[in-house]
Amino acid sequence: MLLRHTTNEVRERNALTVNPAKTCQPVGAMYCALGVHGCLPHSHGSQGCCSYHRSALTKHYKEPVMAATSSFTEGSSVFGGQANLLQAVETIFSVYDPEIIAVHSTCLSETIGDDLGQILAKARDEGKVPFGKHVLAASTPSYVGSHVTGYANMLESFVKYFAEKTNEKIRQVNLLSGWVEPSDMRELKRIMKMMKVRSVLLPDTSDVLDTPMTGKFEMYPKGGTTIAEIVSMGDSMETLGLGEWATQKAAIALDNQCKVPFDIIDIPVGLRATDRFIQALAKAGRVSVPESITEERGRLLDMITDMHQYVYGKRVAVYGDPDNIIPLIEFLVDIDMKPVYVVSGTPGKRFEKRMEEILKDRVPEAKYKNGPQADMFLMHQWIKKEPVDLIIGNTYGKYIARDENIPFVRMGFPILDRVGHSYFTTLGYVGGLRILEKILSVLMDKQDAIAPEEKFELTM
Amino acid sequence: MRKIAIYGKGGIGKSTTTQNTVAGLVEAGFNVKVVGCDPKADSTRLLLGGLAQKTVLDTLREEGEDIDLEDIVKIGYGGVRCVESGGPEPGVGCAGRGIITSINLLEQLGAWDEKYKIDYTFYDVLGDVVCGGFAMPIREGKAEEIYIVVSGEMMAMYAANNICKGISKYAQAGTVRLGGLICNSRKVDNEREMIEELARQLGTKMIHFVPRDNMVQRAEINRKTVIEFDPSHSQADEYRALSKAINENTQFVIPKPLAMEELETLLIDFGIVN
Repeated sequence: MLLRHTTNEVRERNALTVNPAKTCQPVGAMYCALGVHGCLPHSHGSQGCCSYHRSALTKHYKEPVMAATSSFTEGSSVFGGQANLLQAVETIFSVYDPEIIAVHSTCLSETIGDDLGQILAKARDEGKVPFGKHVLAASTPSYVGSHVTGYANMLESFVKYFAEKTNEKIRQVNLLSGWVEPSDMRELKRIMKMMKVRSVLLPDTSDVLDTPMTGKFEMYPKGGTTIAEIVSMGDSMETLGLGEWATQKAAIALDNQCKVPFDIIDIPVGLRATDRFIQALAKAGRVSVPESITEERGRLLDMITDMHQYVYGKRVAVYGDPDNIIPLIEFLVDIDMKPVYVVSGTPGKRFEKRMEEILKDRVPEAKYKNGPQADMFLMHQWIKKEPVDLIIGNTYGKYIARDENIPFVRMGFPILDRVGHSYFTTLGYVGGLRILEKILSVLMDKQDAIAPEEKFELTM
Repeated sequence: MRKIAIYGKGGIGKSTTTQNTVAGLVEAGFNVKVVGCDPKADSTRLLLGGLAQKTVLDTLREEGEDIDLEDIVKIGYGGVRCVESGGPEPGVGCAGRGIITSINLLEQLGAWDEKYKIDYTFYDVLGDVVCGGFAMPIREGKAEEIYIVVSGEMMAMYAANNICKGISKYAQAGTVRLGGLICNSRKVDNEREMIEELARQLGTKMIHFVPRDNMVQRAEINRKTVIEFDPSHSQADEYRALSKAINENTQFVIPKPLAMEELETLLIDFGIVN
């Protein structure tokens, strides 16, 4: 009982957060930057920040994550980090030779007020950025928002820096992806190919954080959105943003800068969010939906109806990032499960509204909260008060699942103790099958484990 | 819209000068916004008739992030839109970060929306530019014109020179420029000539010489600008002249800060020689 001190008495808290359901902004900025080809993320702060953010990503993706740091010392904290960053830009281009350095700030550099825009302008003036190479920056203080905010800020910086409008429209759709796995990026591209929609996916971490073992280390793997592709986004017909927390800023920036109209939709998790995604894609790309997609949908629908009795009415606790859990919760409701507890450490007023829309009629007893005090501790207290049949979320839920003996499905970031997420998608109709399979497996394992001998079923 | 920041040594009379100048601009029919960037939150006192303003950071602390613009913008003399950034109490926290946070928040809330038809924004900034946060108003083109309030006293001139170092650093990457020096007289010997020479050496000009007059003090006690308190007084005309000079100013430069020896030579030449 590792969490034996948690009580079921929920008290209003103003300041204290226990086991937060979020992490640092720069982790998101770093992940986003890795989805651009030939890009080296750079952490403008102390070494410890960079090490932590790299290892947070490495532990989840099981791949080496490369990033540079300004290595602040006491002197840099007092005098500002300009000298370190100028030196870093010079060193990085001469030693590691990336196409792009994507700089993000940290709590320390933000607090001392370093102006990344001014420092990078100086680097350019002093000729420290070789011709044809690029340096861009995003402001990512961790005391604001969450890792999702950092991802959104970096995504915005990429489109602001690169996207260009010429007078020739290109018959393509921009797909700004929220924070999903490399496998999911691959799935998005597969769907677009099936739909025959020409598109630019930004960022794209497939073939970056799920690379094959070849025996040779590649500092910049072959994947990632290319500079030319991002530049061309300014001439696209339309932008689809998947997840408003992660992509809205970038979509608005593209609209302001290049007059590319945008639509923000949910990440295609589960049945209806995927329906909306396919519809939006068909509309934006001016194509019809092919039979093969309709068949995939039919297979998901088939599994839902076949296995409905095992999920019906089951109470679920879900935590994670708004863009990912909003469509997931909609899916759970669609298959007649009851997502009764929902928390997300990422702030944003729209969360409550979306939850209300999805839950108020079908699961009126549901409790949901987001922001700094919506932590794992709160969710555990709710569970103590009235238990659930299933927990869905990142690895940090394993303590609660073990103490309370509740089946547990790992989804979200980070997953530190299981594999598969990098390789098997949870997006689209195919991903819906996988989510359902995972849920059913843990529920049925529990049923098998506790069933009395006379009720132990061979066929389920 | 013109975006102006007023800097200068602590106690030199930045807030008083700013508010009186703003009153002059308002009188001339301009629509003005004042953003106080000082933890003491006293930059809009004369325009609001007292310390009536709840600061951005206090509001943020007490009400969380769901803030409406109306909660933090108060309308003062002649329709001036007044905001106080605020900050921590002395000795704790980070006032510089406070300024970054509150200016970001104001932008998020659309404080400069076109519907407000703002002609002038004034940032009134505490003392020297002591750290990165206090440079926020001159970063990323937030303020584009700087005026430095100075007097003939050594330390005031020293501070003005220091501020010029900050401006020249940010000017290289952005749009910020020095608009001129405002001499707020302390009745030092040869003051006017000395500040004119300092301005010349910095590559700018003295935009106005505000004489010392007890009327300013009297208006302050009554929580009013001179223009509001006694519109016919000669000091009110001085502030009108200053606001006119700022309105008509077209000379914006990247300053060339002086070395310490040059500054001391200047002082000896003008101060002690006679």
